[in-house]
Amino acid sequence: MRLERRANIPLSLAIAAPIGAVIAALLLAGILIAIAGAPVLEAYQRMLIGAFGSRLSITETLTRTTPLILTGLAAAVAFRARLWNIGAEGQFYVGALAAAALGSEHGLHLPSYALIPALMVAGAVAGAILLLVPLALRLRFGVDEVVTTLLLNFVAVLFVSMMIEGVLKDPLAFGWPQSVPIVGDASLPKLIARSRLHIGLLIAVGLALLIWLIQSRTLFGLESRAAGLNPSAARFAGVSLTGVLVKVACLSGGLAGLAGAIEVMGVKGYVTTDLSPGFGYTGIVVAMLAGLHPLGVVVAALFVATMFVGADGMSRALGVPSFIADVIVSLSLLTMLVGLFLTSYRIRR
Amino acid sequence: MSEPVLRLEGITKRFGTLTANDDVTLELRQGELLALLGENGAGKTTLMNILFGHYTPDAGRVVAFGHELPPGKPRAAIEARIGMVHQHFALAANLTVIENVIAGTERLFSFGLDKSSARAKLKELSARFGLAVDPDARVGDLSVGERQRVEILKSLYRDARILILDEPTAVLTHQEAEKLYATLRGMAEKGLSLIFISHKLHEVLAAADRVVVLRGGKVVAERRAAETSKDELAELMVGRRVARPQRDVQAPGAVLMRATSVDVMSSGTKLLSEVSFEVRAGETLGIIGVSGNGQSALGQLVSGLAKPTEGRLEMLGKEIQAPSPRSFVAAGVGRIPEDRNADGVVGDMLIWENAVLERVRGSEFSAAGFVRRTPSRAFAQTVIERFDVRGGTPDSPIRLLSGGNMQKLILGRNLATSPRILIAAQPTRGLDEGAVAAVHAEILAARRAGTAILLISEDLDEILQLADRVQAIVRGRLSPAIPIGAADPRRLGLMMAGVWDEAA
Repeated sequence: MRLERRANIPLSLAIAAPIGAVIAALLLAGILIAIAGAPVLEAYQRMLIGAFGSRLSITETLTRTTPLILTGLAAAVAFRARLWNIGAEGQFYVGALAAAALGSEHGLHLPSYALIPALMVAGAVAGAILLLVPLALRLRFGVDEVVTTLLLNFVAVLFVSMMIEGVLKDPLAFGWPQSVPIVGDASLPKLIARSRLHIGLLIAVGLALLIWLIQSRTLFGLESRAAGLNPSAARFAGVSLTGVLVKVACLSGGLAGLAGAIEVMGVKGYVTTDLSPGFGYTGIVVAMLAGLHPLGVVVAALFVATMFVGADGMSRALGVPSFIADVIVSLSLLTMLVGLFLTSYRIRR
Repeated sequence: MSEPVLRLEGITKRFGTLTANDDVTLELRQGELLALLGENGAGKTTLMNILFGHYTPDAGRVVAFGHELPPGKPRAAIEARIGMVHQHFALAANLTVIENVIAGTERLFSFGLDKSSARAKLKELSARFGLAVDPDARVGDLSVGERQRVEILKSLYRDARILILDEPTAVLTHQEAEKLYATLRGMAEKGLSLIFISHKLHEVLAAADRVVVLRGGKVVAERRAAETSKDELAELMVGRRVARPQRDVQAPGAVLMRATSVDVMSSGTKLLSEVSFEVRAGETLGIIGVSGNGQSALGQLVSGLAKPTEGRLEMLGKEIQAPSPRSFVAAGVGRIPEDRNADGVVGDMLIWENAVLERVRGSEFSAAGFVRRTPSRAFAQTVIERFDVRGGTPDSPIRLLSGGNMQKLILGRNLATSPRILIAAQPTRGLDEGAVAAVHAEILAARRAGTAILLISEDLDEILQLADRVQAIVRGRLSPAIPIGAADPRRLGLMMAGVWDEAA
């Protein structure tokens, strides 16, 4: 037996890989559920009910999906161009902070139709700047951006902490560290009344479509793909690698920052240091499960959100700790990596 | 002649619908140097991988020293005293020669390495087979030729009696290759049996005792090297008569590219030094040289990737102030990079994307930031048809193409737009005989059409066949040009060694 590299990966396999990976992850997690003393099939059934069993649970799942689509796109766009942005978590927070600061009553005073786009742009710009700094270090001094973007996450969260304990602290929050709330005009319209689901979902899905269009149809898409796949050949063909990376960083950091802004404007209304349950990091899993495809990101984000929301329901019904969702999502990243390996090779006797 | 030490019997291997080896039978005798000759894709490497146990054959068996080898077990091949030297070396650059040689042979549980007995054995092997190399040198500091010796020593250290070398001269300079074959001959005389894979006819004729020719996975002929000729082998290998196209005499036109005392520096090192040349319309200027003498820097300079630090570079009568690949392409410079996989194509992108990548910003292939896919695909289709690129449609990934077809596509995407100047850096490196003839024919056709051609090559035959004038490149300097009529291999050899005062 030996492995041979496949000359060509058929589309059917490319789609089967993530599905197989998810099934494998669920099977493996099933062992843990059994150890926790719950019936495995019922547990997964409860999970589905928890995620889709009622109007409330469906809207909650979709609300969870929204930031994951955006951080997933942030990772997918960057990884395609071989910009290893591990800093979506930090970019999410600075985006959230920018939206909260400018959207509070001390911030911009604009009518709703202008305020909402302005805050989104502000969040995206903040996120992009936070990624442009490590990119500049890489281009100028060859500093590995995996390290710098990862470490900047902690810097960003501590900066948020400083701001919400300081100048942005909400005096009416009984001493809790949270920012002053945004004004009513800054909150996103609801998609469905009496739920938390807001129009951010449409924006995220729309952006996924837009990025797919950009990647497959535009000059920038063609050149950034070439730069990611073979930088040397791209340079020979006249593609400016620096230019491509700067644009990709703006897009990637911008998407993560936008995710933070939308979470503040659509769900919370203010910033805390637990605004994100790891949306930035989970975005990496989402992007990998999606095979870095922007439309795949939407599906993968829905899957991950389903796990997280569903696990709460399962936990309530069967007493299995809801941390099982983290386990399933992490396992699916591992099984996906194995799946990617297996699809790019074939087994020969 | 003595007993066969190795016999392959009726080996058949299929990959999907492709039959890579079809009922191949072949024998190697004690003390023999056997050449396995064939074009790229003829099944040579597959056959050797079966012999060495990397692949399992669908039918047939391998017998070494009278014992059948279990299929698919490299360990069994090593134990049967068969050694293999791959085209791409498997050495750890950060370890010393001796550490590389003993890696994998030392006992699993022992503290420290017992290097003294290994060193004695290595020294003895080096001396016996004329494979001089310092056991304590770091492999990363060695030249390519020395690394290859380390690979051979690795096999000998494991007591190999049969040695298989896959394209051993692909990475060597002319001199290193000659030295290697002398060494291999010596090893055969001392009783080792060797098989080497090659597609270079003159090497096969000069070095081997016997030649087995593979074509389309089958053994098509077997000849004693002394009783055959270059022409016969070429015909057997390709399956038809191939004649490399000849150059016609024609008068050159205006100077289209001129360098005057150009220096190129990169991070403090001078890569090119006071380089001067001129290329005229309808003329080919050949730059000959031993690999690693500044060809890459020269290729970059004339492709718009490197900026002159001193001197002038003129194109179409105008001085180039800020060179860039885009401005060169826009000015009508066709560029064939020396490494087609690293610089020429993006393997995972489609053929049409690769066909237009360097000119996609022109209005023909894009509008308002969007790629115009219909004309792009049509352009790729034109290139495929006109330049006879086989093995793919505009929508297949380019890495599915063979080296020769990939090169025809690169050539075609440049020539389809009738460039004023063509830069061809090592245009036939690694190509088989049929593809070489096709590439040469296209270059000559461009010359007839009035293109000024700068040909950078390490292949003496290629320069003699294509160039009108020749300059030699030695350590980043260029010799004065001599007309091809005055260039014979001896004079070019002197120029390549840096002796051009006498030659001029």
